[in-house]
Amino acid sequence: MFESLSEKLSAVFKNLRRKGKLSAKDIALTLREIRLALLEADVNFKVVKEFIRRIKERAEGKEVLESLTPAQQVVKIVHEELIGIMGESSNQLERAAQGPTVIMLVGLQGSGKTTTVAKLAKHLSGNGQNPLMVAADTYRPAAIHQLNVLGENLKLPVFDMGAEADPVDIVNASVSRAKSANYDTIILDTAGRLTCDTEMMAELSRMKEKTSPAEILLVLDAMTGQDAVNTAEAFHRELNISGVILTKLDGDARGGAALSIRMVTGCPIKFVGVGEKIEALEPFYPDRMAGRILGMGDVLTLIEKAEHQVDEAKAKELEKKLFSQQFTLEDFLEQIQQIKLLGPIDQMLSMIPGMGNMAKLPAGWSGEREMAKVEAIINSMTKEERQRPEIIKGSRKRRIAAGSGTRVNEINRLLNQFQQIKSLMKNIGGKGRKGKKGLFSFMN
Amino acid sequence: MSEEKKGWFSRLKKAIIPTKEGLIGRIASVTIGRTKVDEELYQEMEDILIGADVGVTTTLKIIEQVREKRPQEPTQLKDFIVEEISLILKHEEGKLNMSEESPTVIMVVGVNGTGKTTTIAKLAARFKAEGKSVLLAAADTFRAAAIEQLEIWANRVNVSLIKHQPGADPGAVTYDAIQSIKARNTDVLIVDTAGRLHTKSNLMNELAKVRRVCQAQLPGAPHEVLLILDATCGQNGLLQAKQFTETVGVTGLALTKLDGTAKGGIVIAISDQLSLPVKLIGCGETLEDLIDFSGADFSRALFEEETVQV
Ligand SMILES: Nc1nc2c(ncn2[C@@H]2O[C@H](COP(=O)(O)OP(=O)(O)O)[C@@H](O)[C@H]2O)c(=O)[nH]1
Ligand SMILES: [Mg+2]
Repeated sequence: MFESLSEKLSAVFKNLRRKGKLSAKDIALTLREIRLALLEADVNFKVVKEFIRRIKERAEGKEVLESLTPAQQVVKIVHEELIGIMGESSNQLERAAQGPTVIMLVGLQGSGKTTTVAKLAKHLSGNGQNPLMVAADTYRPAAIHQLNVLGENLKLPVFDMGAEADPVDIVNASVSRAKSANYDTIILDTAGRLTCDTEMMAELSRMKEKTSPAEILLVLDAMTGQDAVNTAEAFHRELNISGVILTKLDGDARGGAALSIRMVTGCPIKFVGVGEKIEALEPFYPDRMAGRILGMGDVLTLIEKAEHQVDEAKAKELEKKLFSQQFTLEDFLEQIQQIKLLGPIDQMLSMIPGMGNMAKLPAGWSGEREMAKVEAIINSMTKEERQRPEIIKGSRKRRIAAGSGTRVNEINRLLNQFQQIKSLMKNIGGKGRKGKKGLFSFMN
Repeated sequence: MSEEKKGWFSRLKKAIIPTKEGLIGRIASVTIGRTKVDEELYQEMEDILIGADVGVTTTLKIIEQVREKRPQEPTQLKDFIVEEISLILKHEEGKLNMSEESPTVIMVVGVNGTGKTTTIAKLAARFKAEGKSVLLAAADTFRAAAIEQLEIWANRVNVSLIKHQPGADPGAVTYDAIQSIKARNTDVLIVDTAGRLHTKSNLMNELAKVRRVCQAQLPGAPHEVLLILDATCGQNGLLQAKQFTETVGVTGLALTKLDGTAKGGIVIAISDQLSLPVKLIGCGETLEDLIDFSGADFSRALFEEETVQV
């Protein structure tokens, strides 16, 4: 997607060099491509409109015109503006001035409130607080039971009054309980509801009135489409929410909703949910989110990291070898060592466009472990073997396997992969791929 | 129309009024007071469709086709758009695949929180009302209290349930359930599965295994693999549909939560881009809130003049 946006923009800017300036039509085309990219990511169409208005001036400006790579420059501007709007990462939760702090979680059905209540409780108790979870979803069958099970697993307390009690009474009683039993934080699990259900929305207002929450957090599914704006607006209107938690970000949703809700409510995204495990709650990083919305993974961060860490000259050298077919296992090893400088490999993979979809990787796969293995294997080879891998036959394989603590079929796999890379490079070498891409290509 | 059919039709209309207000209502209102078909009007139409989650690809296709017909009047432009949408939806006929000879096995899959368990309860109630015997299999052994949730519904609907311990192998639960329907010649088995993101390969493989158990134990099963999609879902719905189809051979879709403010335009995108029929619509949290999806009726109800509020 990143490629497609910058490629499409490249086409628009092709004539720029010749003409020296952008025509009105060029600008319109540029803005249209940006618009479509954002819409594909589920950013609300009204929000996109407003965003395009903001970006127009910069897209026509000097920084683009004078850039050697105007298309990339535009992508960079879009990226920067997205980050600007989504604001700082702020996972600080307000505390009540006195008495127990109440945190209320609200949202549509199925957005992930109950799981998030447990995640927050764990997070807070890890920070030395003493939370009480409150089961105020009396509507969905077994919702109370679900929270109780999560509480048992976490060894953290849950307050419930059964499914017959009134939710407003439950939250009210939970405050007294917290006071008498010295809990410093109360987390309210409320039933999922539609914003057009006025009675149910009014119930939330009553809960708010009774408990004066320090935080009212809207829990929103990252897969939400255009309607995210209406949902956020409606909850905000009713309750004046203080922040948002975006869930299910471990999938491949582009998450344009993040931008939409920020723009219509002005509320910060405080946390993101990234898995079904109770630990899977993370702070929100606007730069990552911006990259994700643009479908470029965290590629900018990755490029920046690479720029800082990787020896430019060495990378160039490797690049040359790769395409010229002089690439040996020795170079391969060096490439791996350079990549390791960039940080944990699994984390890096998730930053690469397309790799966010980990479906291709088998369960339990660890980039770190694989890399370490490859390193060990190559380290157990003689210099000659590294340069002419074709001489590695049966007895050599057994020796290398013994030396590296691996098995012969793992040696075979590495040799095969290496061969594949070489032929791949041969194929694309002619097409003049350049830049740092080659550095990562073996992983795709 | 028969009484029953009428009741069904008015429910369908009620259910999609938010959709209508969002989509056709807005398409109509944009054309009011306009005298010519210009770029601006096309742009606005595009916004409306995209704003309803129809998605960029399908929207551009619809607009392109409408342009080719060269509408002269704004109302004509509107009619052409309605026509295109009806055309996309027309091919959808929502009949569940039921087995004639053996018991019917329906496997229900989807990402987390889309409404799988609730839809199963609604389906069970419907089969029961048709005089069929029904068994539910609690193969969501993962989410806390998922088994209890299904059990509560089974009791309310008064159908039987097969369950194991939390954390048990979903394949084993399914195996037992199939043995049971074979032994008792039960009419319908519905298998509830844990929600999972389509990107998690290990969880998707687990689902494929449940499917294999069905296949191995009862030839022809599962007769229906229903993917439950949330109407509030944006373009990710298409990726879900693709991935689940690849791994477990989805045979039909159910679109839930259409009683909310989400426009449900994802139905149009899915009908257009995947050859997967939409079979059911969920429009509420009670047992009655389940409607057969029929493309023709859906677009008829969607576009019926009298209910267009402008
Ligand atoms: N408003 C509305 N809510 C629904 C509908 N279908 C399911 N739900 C609600 O969505 C939530 C999640 O449903 P559940 O069946 O547990 O989802 P599962 O995790 O996919 O099994 C519950 O609160 C249901 O009551 C629907 O058609 N309309
Ligand atoms: Mg369920």
